[in-house]
Amino acid sequence: MSGNDDVAHLEEELPLQHLPLDGWHRAKGARMVGFAGYHMPIQYDGIMAEHSWTREHAGLFDVSHMGQLTFSGEGVDAALEQLLPGDIRGLKPFRQRYSMLLDEEGGILDDLMVSRLGDGAFDGADIYMVVNGATKYDDMGWMIEHLPDEVVMNHMDEQALLALQGPEAGEALASLIPETADMIFMQSGLFTWRGVPLWISRSGYTGEDGFEISVPADDARLLADALCALPQVKPIGLGARDSLRLEAGLPLYGHDLTPAVSTIGADLGFAIGKRRREEGGFIGHARVMKELADGPGAKRVGLTIEGRLPAREGAPIYAGANRVGEVTSGGFAPTVGAPIAMGWVSLPHCAIGTALEIEVRGKRIAAVVAPMPFVPHRYRRKA
Amino acid sequence: MSRYFTDEHEWIDVEGGIATVGITDYAQEQLGDIVFVELPAEGASFEKGDDAAVVESVKAASDVYAPISGEVVESNSALEDEPALVNSDAEEDGWFFKLRIADESELEGLMNEAAYKKFVAAL
Repeated sequence: MSGNDDVAHLEEELPLQHLPLDGWHRAKGARMVGFAGYHMPIQYDGIMAEHSWTREHAGLFDVSHMGQLTFSGEGVDAALEQLLPGDIRGLKPFRQRYSMLLDEEGGILDDLMVSRLGDGAFDGADIYMVVNGATKYDDMGWMIEHLPDEVVMNHMDEQALLALQGPEAGEALASLIPETADMIFMQSGLFTWRGVPLWISRSGYTGEDGFEISVPADDARLLADALCALPQVKPIGLGARDSLRLEAGLPLYGHDLTPAVSTIGADLGFAIGKRRREEGGFIGHARVMKELADGPGAKRVGLTIEGRLPAREGAPIYAGANRVGEVTSGGFAPTVGAPIAMGWVSLPHCAIGTALEIEVRGKRIAAVVAPMPFVPHRYRRKA
Repeated sequence: MSRYFTDEHEWIDVEGGIATVGITDYAQEQLGDIVFVELPAEGASFEKGDDAAVVESVKAASDVYAPISGEVVESNSALEDEPALVNSDAEEDGWFFKLRIADESELEGLMNEAAYKKFVAAL
């Protein structure tokens, strides 16, 4: 028998680092794998059970491998607008937005969350950003190169990041911090719990309601223990994080998004508002405008798959004899109860409902271009 | 009936020239939740070490090798409807396929249960 963990093949040249909660994960029975340069928990009880628990209750994910950055200084908004296609000037305090870093050709270098701080959080910095773990050092290098000297970027590698996700996440967190009950999707705030400052946003990567909590690394264990002592909450590994985000239709950087693709084809045009499209002034703008005008050559789409055989990353997609695309993420979807996939398909074949075939180990399996998300989002959009 | 084990985490029950092949409990535990098993067709012939089946867990696909040479006489059709049987009963009802053994001497050098337990404990 041979095989490898699908999610565990990135960046393994350097010795793996340990997360602040490394010992905590092992004590909880986690199986650890190398991912994004860290030893990370891939599962505790099993991916299916953890996936279902998160959809029904609340799961605690350690995402401390991700890069947490702050930006401050004179002209920080204008400087960041040169790097990000999103509306930073219009970003109000305590609000968060999805954005990305683009290269000169408009290729996606990373996708990220950006928010405006307030209440003096993180030493009074202006902007907080969370970037992917596997790309964080490249991102920092890119941004340092492109930011003016007046803007100071700080990598907060002394902060851990925990995500609490699921329909019971709201009541669970409110039982520790009652003031979080009123938060809505993509809202952030500074809270104090047992004397520990927590920067919390109502967002996540599962399609469920939930939170991402930035906590000083030294206090992460205290918080993780308090959360997991609640009846709604169990620790959840990377494996379920991947199946949950795939069902939610959310792209995974390095797989569904790469420097070879751009925003419009990736169906992420929502992250670039009218003003930014019209005014431009960000790296990669020309590609965005060209793809808006002429259409992208290929698009990121969802695929439902007939039968039970999963189609995984790298599987070629066919329309008849013609190869028209490739699966970029795929696997069995526990909540859907069937295999699903995300892939890039050339333009004439990417309309919803298009019947295609995916080749898995020399066999063609039937697939249909499907709307995403595969499982409806349940964000808390109104108080 | 004798049971043999391979260092690829397969078990083999041998009775009357027929080998029943499955993956070990240790293997299913490592793979996690199994969602699909691709089994060989009856009549297929394998040399020792050939890819004979594929087991798909939530996170990855893994090959299962023919632990010895032979011809497939039966595949476990119960796994088509219930792949999770491999998780719940890997070493009995979760068997994969039966081979008509081509060369009994290939069984020499495989591990018995005690040796396999030792092998796993050292991993």
